[in-house]
Order: sequence, then structure tokens, then C-alpha cells
Amino acid sequence: MVHQELRLTGSGGQGLILAGIILAEAALYDGLNVVQSQSYGPEARGGASKAEVIISSKEINYPKVIKCDLMLALTQTACDKYVDSIKPKGILVVDKSISNIPIREDITIYVVPIIETARNSLGYPMVSNVIALGTIYELTKIVSKTSLEKAICNRIPRGTEELNLKALEEGYNLIRNHKEECIGYGCRFN
Amino acid sequence: MVDKNIKLMQGNEACVEAAIVAGMKFYAGYPITPSTEIAELSAEKLPRVGGRFIQMEDEIASISAVIGASIAGVKSMTATSGPGFSLKQEGIGYAVITETPCVIVNVQRGGPSTGMPTAPGQGDIMQARWGTHGDHSIIALYPWSVKEIYHTTIKAFNLSEKYRTPVLLLLDEVIGHMRESIELPKEDEIEIYNRKKPTCPPEEYKPYKVKEGDIVPEMAGFGEGYRFHVTGLTHDETGFPSNNGNIAENLIKRLVSKIEDNKDDIVEIDEYLLDDAEIAIVAFGSTARSAKSAVDILREEGIKVGLFRPITIWPFADKQLIELSKKVSRLVVVEMNLGQYYLAVDRVASKHTKVEKFGRVSGELITPQEIVDYIKEV
Repeated sequence: MVHQELRLTGSGGQGLILAGIILAEAALYDGLNVVQSQSYGPEARGGASKAEVIISSKEINYPKVIKCDLMLALTQTACDKYVDSIKPKGILVVDKSISNIPIREDITIYVVPIIETARNSLGYPMVSNVIALGTIYELTKIVSKTSLEKAICNRIPRGTEELNLKALEEGYNLIRNHKEECIGYGCRFN
Repeated sequence: MVDKNIKLMQGNEACVEAAIVAGMKFYAGYPITPSTEIAELSAEKLPRVGGRFIQMEDEIASISAVIGASIAGVKSMTATSGPGFSLKQEGIGYAVITETPCVIVNVQRGGPSTGMPTAPGQGDIMQARWGTHGDHSIIALYPWSVKEIYHTTIKAFNLSEKYRTPVLLLLDEVIGHMRESIELPKEDEIEIYNRKKPTCPPEEYKPYKVKEGDIVPEMAGFGEGYRFHVTGLTHDETGFPSNNGNIAENLIKRLVSKIEDNKDDIVEIDEYLLDDAEIAIVAFGSTARSAKSAVDILREEGIKVGLFRPITIWPFADKQLIELSKKVSRLVVVEMNLGQYYLAVDRVASKHTKVEKFGRVSGELITPQEIVDYIKEV
């Protein structure tokens, strides 16, 4: 049985809701049940933003995440606010720009330079969300690679496919190449 | 990989897709969170099917334009949220008395007033029933999933055409904004109802005369050669105002009974594990999803709980609830308000069973565990 609850957090404008939609759509392509929801403040940009995805082989009733298996945090505020919602043995992916890494011995924390990679290696800060998806794929394999790539191409502006697929690849690599930076439970490298 | 026509769709998006399938050709609105996507998508999609979208100056103008378009023969819709729903009440009453089919979507948010624009709430239950003044009946549908939004939107149009009345579609912010999988039905699987038009010569047309065997008067469209008068004043069969007591009495009673006497056709409910239930939860929309999970959790612990879910919240499913109240020892109404539908349930069910309310107004969904805890504690 598959059942995973994921929470993507950061600030409005970072594309996290789109990332949630892409992940949900990929799960749908894989034939799984899915509910994607979000919460945000009244602002168009800035302010806390949170996208949630529940992927399950069973029917999903309650549409919101209560305790997540994996959480992504792109800002310190979001990280602090939601870190307690990660299940024991769960995974936290935080952007390297976050200075105060939360202390939780019962989860595995990966600190990865998502925003920096988007800005410096790819030259487009707006692909941070797709890089983040790459890291989530690499850590969970919750959806198939084919479905994820198809969902990305279906939801991004035409003409940006190459850039976004490259961003996804960068995401995979950030986990493959930064495993030593993981902290806490389940980390074999520290 | 799935090969059926399964899509990941947002609730508000499903509403627009279904409205177009149902025959919507006109939308007038004033965007407001959390209903804005309905306006955006209507603006995008209506011109492609030969329809019109107008962004009006406010909600009162929007409902007025929707009524005007419908009288001109076109299926019309508007969408709003709490503050806008308040403003539309006068127009809703006008649609009731003029018997103008139209669909009004209210994607609810926390209230009163501007309240919590991006947070869910179910505080408009009684406003949907009694928001406009005067004696009237109303049809209000309340889906709980993206898939059901699609079906109830089509149903809302069909009922509005069949009973010549405004139909309210109440969505929760959560359901309007979330994305879920939906398998779109094929065109030949969808039943569409269109208003009955007059066949008599224009000079014999009486716009508010109900033919023998019909539920509502035949409805000509403005510009189709039939001249008729439309007014919010009490009117006779010709459509012209009348202060005659008998005429007024008959009109208002007919407007109410055309809905109340046809509950068997209008009222739709969903039941989950009620057959052997000792406790029943009454819930609708997103709250019913939590309630369904709560039922599963409680059943695993051997507590016999079931769920009664009205999809049509108005007119009220009194017959079904009275029957249910005779079978269970507790009826627990769970809603994201401080007890609105509870009042209606309590009125019909308290004779036979204990009716309780459990709700919150924090802008957060009620979780399955909270319902479980409540049921076990009391």
C-alpha cells in the first residue's frame, strides 16, 4: 500500500503550489489517488505559502496533511512553523539559505542548495521549485520519473521544457551528491 | 499510465467545465477570493463556446446582469464568496419572484464580513436558506469533492431550468481550491434540462400562467417575439403588478410549493454505514470528508457510527432525517460554524433522539480525530 503525505513550504511566489500540482499530476499518471491543496495568506507574493499533496493507493477523505512523511522548506519561517508536523522517521529537505537548522533527532534532514543552484548554475531563480521536485523524487521515488517529467512539461510555459528538465536533473544530483550533508535519523554518513 | 479521460482538476475549475457542459452561455461576476478562478476560467472559456463574460462593477450588478441574461433566454451563472453573497441577496429574491433560472456559486470563506478570505468556513448555511427577504423556498447544493462539484454544477443548472428558480451551489474554500482526480463523463452520459418555452401564439402568452400538468410557467426569452412584463412586485398571470390578496397568496404559495412539493426529485443525500448505526453524524462538504474518516476510525474500535450527508442542503431532507432519528441514539451535526444546520436537524429530530452539535470557526478544517474524540467523550 502506498500512502505518503507531503508538505512544500516557503513564501508566496516561490512556485511551491505549482510544484505540488506537478507532483500530484505525476501521481495521477501513475494511477494513484491524489489530493493537492494549499494555504496562503491574502498577499499575492511574500507571506507564508504551503502546498500539500497526499498520494495514496486508497481513497483519500480528509484532504489536508496532518503529519507529513516529507517536508520541503525554502524559508526559515516556514521551516520553523511546520517542522513539528513531520512524522518520526520522516524527511525534511531544507534550503541551504536557512541558517537555523531545526533540531530533531527522529527525522532525517537534508540541507541542499536549491535556491543557489537555481540562481547560479541555471541562472533562473524561478526554477527552484522544479529543483526541489528533483530532490523529492530522489528521496522518495513516490512517483515514476517518466510521470514526473511528463507532469512538468504539461504544467510549465511552453519553450521552457529544456530548462525545467535540466533543473529536475540538478535536483536529483543535489541529493546524490550531498548525502553527506544529511543530519539525524537514518543518515549513514554522519 | 492511465488512458481514460482522467484529469487533475481544481474544484473551481470543475465548476466552470461543468457549467459550460450544462449550457452556460453568460457569466457576470465580481471576482473575490476564494471564488476568483471561476471568474477567470469563465472569461477564458465562454468566448470559445459563443458565450459572454462580463466583469461587473460589483456583486449587485453581477446578479442583476445574470438575471437579465437568463430572461433573454441564456443559461447564466455568477460566483462569489461571503461578502459578495450578502450583496447578491436582493437579486436572489428578485430571481425567486420573477422565476428566473440562474446559478449562484458561493465559495465560502470565514466570516462575517470580509472575515478570513483564504480560510474555509461553513457559515453561510442559514444565509443560503433565508438570506433574501420574504417567504420563499430555495435550492442549495453542497458537493464534497472535485468530482461531485462537476455533477452538482450540472444538476444546479438543470434544477434551475426545471423549477425556474435560482439555485445556490455552496462550496468550501478547501473543496474549491483543492485538486483531485476526476474522470470526465462523455457527453452522451450527461443529462441536460432546458427550460420549457411557449408554443402558443405571442398574443395568447401569459408569462406566469402554469399549464395543467406543469410545475412552472413556460418561459419565453426576451427578443423571441413574446412581449411580457417582468417585475419584482407581486404579479398576476400576465406578469403585471397586483395588490390583490388572493393573487399574492397564490403566487407566494406556488413559488414555495413548486420546490417543497418536489423534494423527492430535488433532494439528494448520501449515506455511509447507516444501516446498523447507533450514532449518526450529519455533515456536508469538506467536513463530511473528515466525518467519513472518523466513521472508519470509530468502526475499527467497534463503535457503530454512520454518516448522513445531504448533498442538497435546501430544501431540507426532513423525511429522511426523521426516519434516521428514530433509529439512532445520537445525531451529531458537525459543521464549520457554531451550529446552523444543527438548528434545522434539531427541529425535526429532537423528538426521537439526542441531537448534538460539534463545530469550530477557526478557519481550519475539523479533523477526523477531533470528531472521533468528541463522539467518544460525550
